[in-house]
Amino acid sequence: MKYVRPDSYEAASALLGEETGIARILSGGTDVLVQMRSEVVEPSLIIDLKHLDGMREIVTEDGGFRIGAAVSGAQLAEHEALCAAWPGVVEAAGLIGSSQIQSRASLAGNLCNGSPAADSVPAMVAAGAVARVFGAEGFRDVPVAEIPAGPGKTNLKKGEFLISIYLPARPERAGDAYLRFIPRTEMDIAVCSAGINLVTGEDGTCTEARVALGAVAPTVILVEDAASALIGSKLDDGALKGLAAAVEAACRPIGDKRGTVEFRTKTAGVLARRAAEIAYQRAGAKR
Amino acid sequence: MKMIPVSTRINGDEREFLCAPDETLLDVLRDRLGLTGSKEGCGTGDCGACSVMLNGRLVCSCLVLAAESEGAEVETIEGMAEGQVLHPLQRVFIEKAALQCGICTPGILVAAKALLEKNPDPSETEIRYWLAGNLCRCTGYDKIIRAVQEAAAEIRRLQP
Ligand SMILES: Cc1cc2nc3c(=O)[nH]c(=O)nc-3n(C[C@H](O)[C@H](O)[C@H](O)COP(=O)(O)OP(=O)(O)OC[C@H]3O[C@@H](n4cnc5c(N)ncnc54)[C@H](O)[C@@H]3O)c2cc1C
Ligand code: FES
Ligand code: FES
Repeated sequence: MKYVRPDSYEAASALLGEETGIARILSGGTDVLVQMRSEVVEPSLIIDLKHLDGMREIVTEDGGFRIGAAVSGAQLAEHEALCAAWPGVVEAAGLIGSSQIQSRASLAGNLCNGSPAADSVPAMVAAGAVARVFGAEGFRDVPVAEIPAGPGKTNLKKGEFLISIYLPARPERAGDAYLRFIPRTEMDIAVCSAGINLVTGEDGTCTEARVALGAVAPTVILVEDAASALIGSKLDDGALKGLAAAVEAACRPIGDKRGTVEFRTKTAGVLARRAAEIAYQRAGAKR
Repeated sequence: MKMIPVSTRINGDEREFLCAPDETLLDVLRDRLGLTGSKEGCGTGDCGACSVMLNGRLVCSCLVLAAESEGAEVETIEGMAEGQVLHPLQRVFIEKAALQCGICTPGILVAAKALLEKNPDPSETEIRYWLAGNLCRCTGYDKIIRAVQEAAAEIRRLQP
């Protein structure tokens, strides 16, 4: 195995493009090193980009936030403006592992590792986050929702990697939230999860919504019917029932010892309801 | 495998070493530098016995490649006491019997110190959540939590 710290994005992309074995970008290493250790993935090339410009920074851009691909969960939680604008995304990232893991784990790593249960991913998809991808032809912006391809797989092309993730500016009266179910209180992988992002009008009517689910399909899913159930409502009981029904209809989970198909489906609906109520409250709307 | 030369500061001292590209910081600390205070419980980020500070942040050294520590500032349990004088956390852990076999102790001390530097007066819940990544199979945790609270109170008294 080789460990390389290229001095530019171009050099990194060229190295990735040329590698005939298994290449891995190293951000926080909290998936990469575990997989190496358990011999699940034995890379021939590790590319560390953390020292490159912008990789470990959060900068404001057009009222939104550009988060370097190697920014850690701890850094997100320390950024006051980001926490105020996107509490759901920050909380989702904050659920990843322990304090030790938080010092290293990145949004980009959580996304590109490709786990259907990755906690930050439904929150980012609900937020409409956009990944900046660098490759042989320079960079392109891709919605986070389009990156996962299946368990352990992404739609990135050979030679491509993430340099940052962008969370857009917030209109007034906007709120987001993320909830997951785990059988313990800490340090566990989501059995199912829901991320909700919504905007309300002055009178508290929901005008925009995005609903994303984790761990109930091979990838994160954005459920438009569930969002439609909220839009135009003040999140009354009927709207929330409609949300839960649309969520349940969209679930295609596996069943295993951590949760049956029925349990995951039902729980995803309950989590979506609860997350919607938190997001609504955060948007400052009163029913 | 080609060996990689790395220079770091460990507990304030300049240290240079050669490591294999897939070697972890934990392996280098223990096997190349003789700093065996950091323990390996799992090697996969679950137990926290390998906790060290890397550039001011608490990490599992089993999940850091040694090569990544080039130019970094590393603090381990070996740097916690000042000469013969134990850190208040270390002393209170002994006084309050917050350890039995001791395997988890270096990691818990490093993690608890990191917490108290951020938050000098943590609640019991905050301590329990912060230490959720440090497993102890002996004590049942209560004595650990109480020792951290007591050391925190002592440190607050010393530094008003
Ligand atoms: C003890 C423990 C507990 C955990 N708990 C959780 C949890 O509760 N929830 C959860 O979702 N996850 C959890 N994880 C998994 C892991 O911590 C997260 O997925 C984390 O966000 C990965 O980020 P990283 O920066 O460490 O990624 P890395 O390990 O550095 O990378 C992960 C993957 O992404 C790729 N990658 C990294 N950066 C880029 C980039 N810039 N461009 C393209 N590809 C890239 C890597 O090549 C690799 O395939 C846990 C892990 C451990 C060890
Ligand atoms: S040995 Fe590093 S966390 Fe267990
Ligand atoms: S004292 Fe034995 S593991 Fe904690």
